[in-house]
Amino acid sequence: MKIKKGKKSRRENVGYLYILPWIFGFLVFQLYPLVSSLYYSFTDFSITNIPVFIGLKNYIDMFTKDPLFYKSLMNTLKYVLMSVPLKIITALLVAVILNQKIKGINFYRTIYYIPSIFGGSVAIAILWRFLFMDSGLVNRCLAIFKIPGVQWLSNPKVALFTLSLLSVWQFGSSMVLFLAALKQVPEDLYEAARIDGGSWIRIFFSITIPMITPVLFFNILMQLVNAFQDFTGAFVITNGGPLNSTYLFALKLYDEAFSYYKMGYASALSWVLFIMIIAFTAVFFKFSDTLTYYEDGGDY
Amino acid sequence: MKQNKLVLREWMTHIIMILLGTIMLYPLIWMFFSSFKTNQEIFGGVNLLPKEPVWDTYIKGWRGTGQITYLTFYKNTFLLIVPTVLFTVISSALVAYGFARFKFRFKKILFMLMISTLMLPNAVLIIPRYLLYNKFGWLNTYLPFIVPALCACYPFFIYMIIQFFRGLPKDFDEAATIDGCNTFQVFAKILIPLCKPALFSAAIFQFIWTWNDFFNSLIYINSVKKFPIVLALRMSLDATSASNWNQVLAMSVVSLLPGTILFFSAQKYFVEGITSAGVKG
Repeated sequence: MKIKKGKKSRRENVGYLYILPWIFGFLVFQLYPLVSSLYYSFTDFSITNIPVFIGLKNYIDMFTKDPLFYKSLMNTLKYVLMSVPLKIITALLVAVILNQKIKGINFYRTIYYIPSIFGGSVAIAILWRFLFMDSGLVNRCLAIFKIPGVQWLSNPKVALFTLSLLSVWQFGSSMVLFLAALKQVPEDLYEAARIDGGSWIRIFFSITIPMITPVLFFNILMQLVNAFQDFTGAFVITNGGPLNSTYLFALKLYDEAFSYYKMGYASALSWVLFIMIIAFTAVFFKFSDTLTYYEDGGDY
Repeated sequence: MKQNKLVLREWMTHIIMILLGTIMLYPLIWMFFSSFKTNQEIFGGVNLLPKEPVWDTYIKGWRGTGQITYLTFYKNTFLLIVPTVLFTVISSALVAYGFARFKFRFKKILFMLMISTLMLPNAVLIIPRYLLYNKFGWLNTYLPFIVPALCACYPFFIYMIIQFFRGLPKDFDEAATIDGCNTFQVFAKILIPLCKPALFSAAIFQFIWTWNDFFNSLIYINSVKKFPIVLALRMSLDATSASNWNQVLAMSVVSLLPGTILFFSAQKYFVEGITSAGVKG
């Protein structure tokens, strides 16, 4: 008995040994930065001086003295609420269409996935600039059909939407996830519904959606976290303009931290972003608890 | 009659799908052909093929700043990416093995912690990390990319590989243990060969993501000599005089090439990789 116990605890230690790289990485590159950015957010700290504790001043300043903070906050919320639902709906619709048993699914899946492999790359941002500038390809194509051009990037009311389009264009990875989830919905559920005479809209909302909620939520959550932090498009395509209409929170954060080196203030900004993401997530989980259907009860 | 209706519906689906696909891919195709166009043509006309092709845009664009060519930028990108990808895969596999095959105290809490870091936004870590790397003297080197990779800081991949491990029967491990393998030998000789597809997916995704990563490169790398290709492109955008936009497009195409080639040669790993990590999530 004693020997067995010794053996068991040795096996325990072995487990720790394997996850050691992660424990170290977690402490140094995740936990420490998280805690210290919280601390910095209460300090006056440029890169040259040591942090001086100033309490809530950064947070108060941001809400009372910094109009660009408001602007970037509203821009980001608008951007998230435009791009994420559009992207998820597109991905889901395309996945549902592809899930019908038609020939060439793999071909289409490949085609639609291609934009997603380029992610937030600078080359794609450059391409977007060429497509949507006033004399760009999109307006020239519209002109063929005698449709007046849109100032996609130079009109402050439209520019943010144009950036959202870039994000929607990359719906591929969400689509692949949806497709895999749809394939796992048992066929007999659909058949039973059809025999009962359910319309396809009814079937979609009362069978398809409930059966794929875990994936739906995973997708939405991942897209939310990413959209809140989107940077490349706004930085390379419009550089925050025109009239700061695409000045996203990530740009504000970048400017404060790495152009003005106001590390304390920028840390406070990053915490506002973090809290916003947590708030969105919390609301989401509240929803998902009531809606999600887990077939296997969820191990772990 | 019903048969006809079904066929019609299938044809409609195909037409819609092809139309959508064309709209989605047209910009990329346009970019490729426009890299051979003159400036006037890039900003006027809707034809796809260049009327008077300019053949030397790639050669001229490749020269970069004059002193530093795209050969250097390419080389830099690989110096950054290869170790990052390699270490990510090795460390993630080790950690995944620990979580998937051993029981230890606080495992559940640690696992939850690991998963929750999936949601941790990079934005909230970047400032202390920058200060930390500054203190270590790592700024303007590739260590800010490589060392976190070595320390399994990518929970997405750990989770992906754990999911794969959980699909492998524990009988394999037990049989190997009876044959006298220690836990590391079980890992290296039995499990690693079996989970090659998952490791491959992880490597491909990390390659693509690091290749496209602009934000971190922008912050950590500041001398042109060490620029990876994303920063070089952005610099060319700022520096370009009005006359050589075709060169900018040409180098953009060049920068998208490795990802494209990788995607077409390893397609199934893309799909498998995304789905294995996501479906059960």
